[in-house]
Amino acid sequence: MKVLVVENLTYYYPGSTKPALKNVSLEIEKGDFVIITGPSGSGKSTLIRTFNGLIPHFYKGRFEGRVLVFGVDTRKASVAELSKKVGMVFQDPENQILTLSVEREIAFGLENLGVDPREIRLRVNESLRSLRIEHLRYRVPFELSIGEQQKVIVASILAMKPEILVFDEPTAHMDPFSALMFIQILNELNKQGYTIIVVEHRLDFLVKYANKIVVLRDGKIVKIGDPLKVLAEEDVEHIGINVPKYITLFKKLSSYVSITSIPKSSDEASKILKEIVYGNRDRG
Amino acid sequence: METVIEVRNLSYTYPGGITALKNVSLDIYRGEKLVILGSNGAGKSTLIKHFNGLLKPQRGYIKVFGVDTRKASVAELSKKVGIVFQNPYHQFFSEKVWDEVAFALKNFGYSEETIKYRVTKVLRLFDLYDYADKSPFELSSGEMRRLAIASVLAYDPEVVVLDEPTVGQDRIQKEKLREYIKLLSLQNKTVILVTHDIEFVTEGFDRIVVMSNGTILGEGSPKEVLYNEELLKKANLMLPQIPEISIRINNNIILEKKPLTDDELLSLVLSILGVRK
Repeated sequence: MKVLVVENLTYYYPGSTKPALKNVSLEIEKGDFVIITGPSGSGKSTLIRTFNGLIPHFYKGRFEGRVLVFGVDTRKASVAELSKKVGMVFQDPENQILTLSVEREIAFGLENLGVDPREIRLRVNESLRSLRIEHLRYRVPFELSIGEQQKVIVASILAMKPEILVFDEPTAHMDPFSALMFIQILNELNKQGYTIIVVEHRLDFLVKYANKIVVLRDGKIVKIGDPLKVLAEEDVEHIGINVPKYITLFKKLSSYVSITSIPKSSDEASKILKEIVYGNRDRG
Repeated sequence: METVIEVRNLSYTYPGGITALKNVSLDIYRGEKLVILGSNGAGKSTLIKHFNGLLKPQRGYIKVFGVDTRKASVAELSKKVGIVFQNPYHQFFSEKVWDEVAFALKNFGYSEETIKYRVTKVLRLFDLYDYADKSPFELSSGEMRRLAIASVLAYDPEVVVLDEPTVGQDRIQKEKLREYIKLLSLQNKTVILVTHDIEFVTEGFDRIVVMSNGTILGEGSPKEVLYNEELLKKANLMLPQIPEISIRINNNIILEKKPLTDDELLSLVLSILGVRK
């Protein structure tokens, strides 16, 4: 089932003569785990802001083509309606936190929607459990680490029961370990049935879990497809994206040694290399 | 080797009661490219805020070019130690890019002529000259970051501190940053990079100091530190990809050479296989 369809989208911010997105077409299926990447200024954040109607409803500007969320044209639905389907998590958790307890933070959006208090309690519990942060329930969000804060934000979005979760560079400020933990949570949510869309520069931990990558440059989609296949293509580094080292290593190695597959993690890379180095394997 | 910053038994507790630094001692030498590596909340930012006197030691002391920071003003210290903080847009306050860069120079009392010369020079160096009349807030995030670095370099400090400069940067911007760092080092400036980006520090640095929980856990050359799995784990960090792969391959030749880049590892693998490059 297609949950999100972008058709021939061209978009200009108000007063701009250069389009931020040019002829973008994209289909996302239920259960997809999609990476959106590309150099700075390539249109990544602009693109995801069309998914819940922030563009064109808030940003205005010139909008051609259409975006369909579960078949509904985003121009014909409000951001509030779309947000029930598409949950957005931005880069800086600090800027998104509003309350003084984790529990209140998660309940906040539901209270605003007038959800029944008993239902709110249920959903808060469920969200806390999904992210395994029950122990943070009574903590003050501002005092948490950035990784924990980001989980609280995700929990507050989950409580709204969206079907698509969109993340704008969620791990940008996280150290590698926190980032890895966070990406594993995204994977778990994906397994629970959520469609996941992540804008990221840092790809090394994500490649393993995603089934699709979209590479943008100058507002256009220049590559789209299976992450490993796309990242293994020759010209992809020139676009300015951070191709994981375990992939660049194998791309270079493949000019000298026959390689049957490109690894999707450092771990897998070391296993294949071990076989190559210790010669337990034909070397073309 | 000339010590430019001397940190001795430094401790610092924030007013809220959180202890950010515990008995930290460190010598930083002229011309070196030093990395202060640590996970979120390790105390890195608290430490560097002591370098230009934004924070004053509660216990222990810091000397910057021999001067105790408790006896110098932030303005005096900033002339020697320029810090580029993490969020550029929290730093900008001028209406134009040109004024942003000229600001500190004016404060330091340089002549109009010198200011004009220096501002032009750094704006050109950082590809920002065409934006001189624009508002800093009209720039892209990458350009803002370059402007933040340019504003510090304009007043020519001896020590340049970069706080998490790679956050949210694409590959091209990261490579440019590496070039700037090299350039500074060629001018015998001391560069201190504060980061948790274990991949970025695999190339182009002389020494890495690892921090965790307000203390220095260890230090050494990039090869020593980035192959020390136990140390990195203790600091809540991870091995970079190439060291991780190399350690898991568990081959003596590779482990002895400690490759840090894909090219270095590639050459070793090929030489083991007897394949000519």
